[in-house]
Amino acid sequence: MIEDFLIRAVLAGVGTAIVAGPLGCFIIWRRMAYFGDTMAHSALLGVALSILLDVDISLGVFVIAASGALALILLQRRVKLPSDALLGILSHSTLAIGLVLVAFMVWLRIDLISYLFGDILAVTPLDIGIVFAGGALILGVLSQIWRPLLAGTVNEELAAAEGAAPERARIVFMFLMAAVIAIAMKIVGILLITSLLIIPAATARRYAQSPEQMAVLASGIGVVAVIGGLAGSYRFDTPSGPSIVVAALVLFLVSLIGRGAEWRRQAAVGKGR
Amino acid sequence: MLVSASGVGVRHGDAWAVGGVDLSVHRGEIVTLIGPNGSGKSTTARALLGIVGIDAGTVERRPGLVVGYVPQRLFIDWTMPLSVRRLMTLTGRHDAAAIDAALAEVGIGHLAGAEVQSLSGGEFQRALIARALVRRPDLLVLDEPVQGVDFAGEIAIYDLIRDIRDRLQCGVLLISHDLHIVMGATDTVVCLNGHVCCSGPPQSVALSPEYHQLFGHRAAEAFAVYRHHHDHQHLPDGRVVPISGEAGHQHSDACGHDHGEHRHD
Repeated sequence: MIEDFLIRAVLAGVGTAIVAGPLGCFIIWRRMAYFGDTMAHSALLGVALSILLDVDISLGVFVIAASGALALILLQRRVKLPSDALLGILSHSTLAIGLVLVAFMVWLRIDLISYLFGDILAVTPLDIGIVFAGGALILGVLSQIWRPLLAGTVNEELAAAEGAAPERARIVFMFLMAAVIAIAMKIVGILLITSLLIIPAATARRYAQSPEQMAVLASGIGVVAVIGGLAGSYRFDTPSGPSIVVAALVLFLVSLIGRGAEWRRQAAVGKGR
Repeated sequence: MLVSASGVGVRHGDAWAVGGVDLSVHRGEIVTLIGPNGSGKSTTARALLGIVGIDAGTVERRPGLVVGYVPQRLFIDWTMPLSVRRLMTLTGRHDAAAIDAALAEVGIGHLAGAEVQSLSGGEFQRALIARALVRRPDLLVLDEPVQGVDFAGEIAIYDLIRDIRDRLQCGVLLISHDLHIVMGATDTVVCLNGHVCCSGPPQSVALSPEYHQLFGHRAAEAFAVYRHHHDHQHLPDGRVVPISGEAGHQHSDACGHDHGEHRHD
């Protein structure tokens, strides 16, 4: 008999994976993996501040992750440091401040590990509601900005010249990332969120013929990774978040097999025309 | 009038990238911005389109102006699966018939299903022009449209741009540092070097002292209104078709160039 907590875990995980797929595609296309990581790391600061100020943790994480992204954009304009150096500074300092704050709050016993690596087996029905309602909202907004965001991803100047308002789309996208981090934190944890965004999207690339197909495939592959990871976690008694990431990695590695053949096929098509 | 600038200046930090620019593009007119690297050609075009803010002067655009833009150096990473057909609807919806017609017009109808990453430089430029064309633009803006295209391809692309102008009666704003080919296909040349050095019809610009100072006398010699008459043409799919019955390669008397002397600077 399948236990209730496992069903809840699967539901929450599947919901998260569906949302993560399309967002992960943009993270890959826009080369924002490290940026996503930085936003995710700032989530721990969000957790600590939420507890300190007694507000909802998901909300706190969303606000802090979004502010982190805005801070980065401002810093990029004012400080003459390369982006990756700025990201490194912001990423690790927000994580460190979060850890320091948690250590100060001696009256609380926070299970750090569950925030860092996720605690999907402890999701409540309310959490599932947040995942699906929040996820539906994220995907709804993403579909609204899809065309300008994609156009701006291909070429920002082209999109701007033709009136697609790519800058607005980019800022909205940043808020969507903050939201998905707030949702996914409980599932795979702060340190592994980026992998749930990126690995299924990277796996989907090989099988996709269009950006839209890649987004849908990434969602599907993420769902398979969540179910596979949770099954493995249950069977071998391994931590659930990391198990999901390992399952995603296995799917990615499988997609690499036969890539040589794929490229030979493409080359042949190229010559044939 | 589609777009016009008067006294436009754009600052980059403390320095003026470009200043005192007066120019306008009308329907059916091809305006070419030429100038050395860093002379503010792209900045001027961006200011006209409203992509960058201006720090001096005014820009007027006709309300509801539809722009088709062919950017400089567009690189699409392998991570994005993008067919030529999907590229066509990047900034707006278009029906399949319009897409096929635009691709056929630029001569790459056979590549509709190909991934953009598999195209050659010339094919990709044609795809980008088709993408701008399918929008039925009032104003077509091309920033260095022949980069990465071989010499015969360059002429073909300039011919294509002129055909598009003739058929759509759109205005064309062309940015180039490639002097002698571009000028023959142009109605108005605006010569930039931080400001407008000289402007007017190509023949008069080529004779102006400012132009000689900026590009040197060699460049002025190399320029002559360029009409290259081949007896055959190369289609984008690699086929060679004859234009007249004569064999070999022929120039008209008015051609005014020599094959040893093509300069690309």
